[in-house]
Amino acid sequence: MTEPITWTCTGCALLCEDIQVYIKDNRVEKVEHACLKGKARVYGCKHTAMSTVDQGEVDVNNAISQAAKILEKAKNPLLYGWSNSTSEAQVAGIELAQTLGACIDSTSSFCQGITINEIINGNVPSCTLEDVREKADVVVYWGADPMSSHPRHLSRYSYFPRGELRQRGYEEDRTAICIDVTQSRTAKISKGMFFSILPGGDAEFMRALMDGLAGRVPKLSYDFDVKRILELAAVLKKAEFGVIFAGLGLVYSIKEEFDLISEFMNTLNRFSNFFLIPMAGHFNMRGFNHNLHEETGYIHRVGFTKNGPVSSVEYSVVEQLKHGADAVMVVGSDPLASLPLSISRRLKDIPLILVDPCSNLTTRVADVTIPCGVSGIEVGGTAIRLDGKKMDISPLMQVDGLSDEMIVRRIMEEVS
Amino acid sequence: MYSIDSYARFVTSLLRGYKMTSAMEIYQLLPKTNCKKCNESTCMAFAVALLSRTKQYTECPPLMEEDKYIDSRQKMEIILKPMEGAEETGLIIHEELCSGCGNCVVACPVNVANDPHGSGRGFGPTNEKVIFRVENGKVKAANVKECRRFGKDKILCRACIDPCPTEAIEFV
Repeated sequence: MTEPITWTCTGCALLCEDIQVYIKDNRVEKVEHACLKGKARVYGCKHTAMSTVDQGEVDVNNAISQAAKILEKAKNPLLYGWSNSTSEAQVAGIELAQTLGACIDSTSSFCQGITINEIINGNVPSCTLEDVREKADVVVYWGADPMSSHPRHLSRYSYFPRGELRQRGYEEDRTAICIDVTQSRTAKISKGMFFSILPGGDAEFMRALMDGLAGRVPKLSYDFDVKRILELAAVLKKAEFGVIFAGLGLVYSIKEEFDLISEFMNTLNRFSNFFLIPMAGHFNMRGFNHNLHEETGYIHRVGFTKNGPVSSVEYSVVEQLKHGADAVMVVGSDPLASLPLSISRRLKDIPLILVDPCSNLTTRVADVTIPCGVSGIEVGGTAIRLDGKKMDISPLMQVDGLSDEMIVRRIMEEVS
Repeated sequence: MYSIDSYARFVTSLLRGYKMTSAMEIYQLLPKTNCKKCNESTCMAFAVALLSRTKQYTECPPLMEEDKYIDSRQKMEIILKPMEGAEETGLIIHEELCSGCGNCVVACPVNVANDPHGSGRGFGPTNEKVIFRVENGKVKAANVKECRRFGKDKILCRACIDPCPTEAIEFV
């Protein structure tokens, strides 16, 4: 048996750094400790992307030149994706957007960006996953199902492990609470502490919970046992170190009145000690927000105008795809599969450049496809975990192809 | 007459239920004549022996030989099939259901005792003494004799069953 390599998994934003990979003849033989998502990531694409222009196979250099021509010609290009790229590639992407005077946005635009913004701006307290493992006694999964989205979340950090202050782990020292619209896999583990709410009823439940915390009788427009809310409020009040894992269910439900999150956290912290961690999906989604914030002061939806970088809804990928962008470069994403057709339909009408290691639905309509190495497998660098910790990612194997950073830098050389 | 679906449900309940209930279900398929040809004192005792896998259903001569028990024989085969892959402790891992989350790896008290700074802290196991470890995205069992359900002082431990979100781990 070959010697294993210790690898940081890029299957999801947990970035598990204890994975053991056995490699023989530049092929993965076995992977230990990784979940199914990690295993799928380490084994790579089923169908690798080909270098194409107008759906015809070409040399990669020609594809890059063609991409540069399209971006140079465009008046209002959009650079989108970035969550599956290393921080180095993201920084290169931001520089390219600056050079072109383009809009840049990532998948966080319709994901956890809004939560990460609150955390980066210091409106909501947050902590690291190591803190959660060592100290947390109450963990709340709100609108999140980590057992499906981040399979090792509970076993590595939040519920099952024994920590410095939680020596008896889940058995006695930790309480898992799940607030969701469906009885998810995570709800199954939290057993008696699962609170089933109505779809879109998160804000109402949050207000009721705040009433419960403040000692008032909670009121809900639908039939819900008030005693259970008071019971939940009592558990939250007693917490020594509590963490709320905000999932997409919560974010989508209260995005119109997002100030409620900071109000709720402030109320909670009057009685106990709570932190919020966003359940980011792609492995370096949070990295893009941090990198863009460092460069421009905004976390996403940025347009590089003559007056400098500006962030607003009109620069978001959704608005730009609906009307605005006259050329799009997608890096490491599949907008045709992940966005509603009403928004992504316009992609077939405007020039589309795709930089991706795998062949996907967007490949079929892309005018230019440039294959790149898989981040974390063939390309190394740094990434930021869902709690904001910077992690090093080393490549597993040697390949001859270009990384997404090299592709973006070569496009930049050709346009400038 | 039972349908295949009802048998599938029955097998599931057999796997997930307690031993006595399942033994009763097996008993219902036996001749119930207490003929003692299997060297057990009663058919009920034979049913319990089948469940604990100390005997095979083929050791019941009337069930195997007499035509009127053909149906029962076929049903018995269906019921006992899932138990074939069970470990000595009765452990069955349904790999097709496992998502490799590792909850069982961290929750198993034997894993924690044998690898406190690896499995006990949420990391992948750091030695070979553990029962559960995740390989290629699926949980694998080893050292089953260390399991608390094994041996003379066995207890009905459920530490790996309860944390499994997909019900991929079962004991028969």
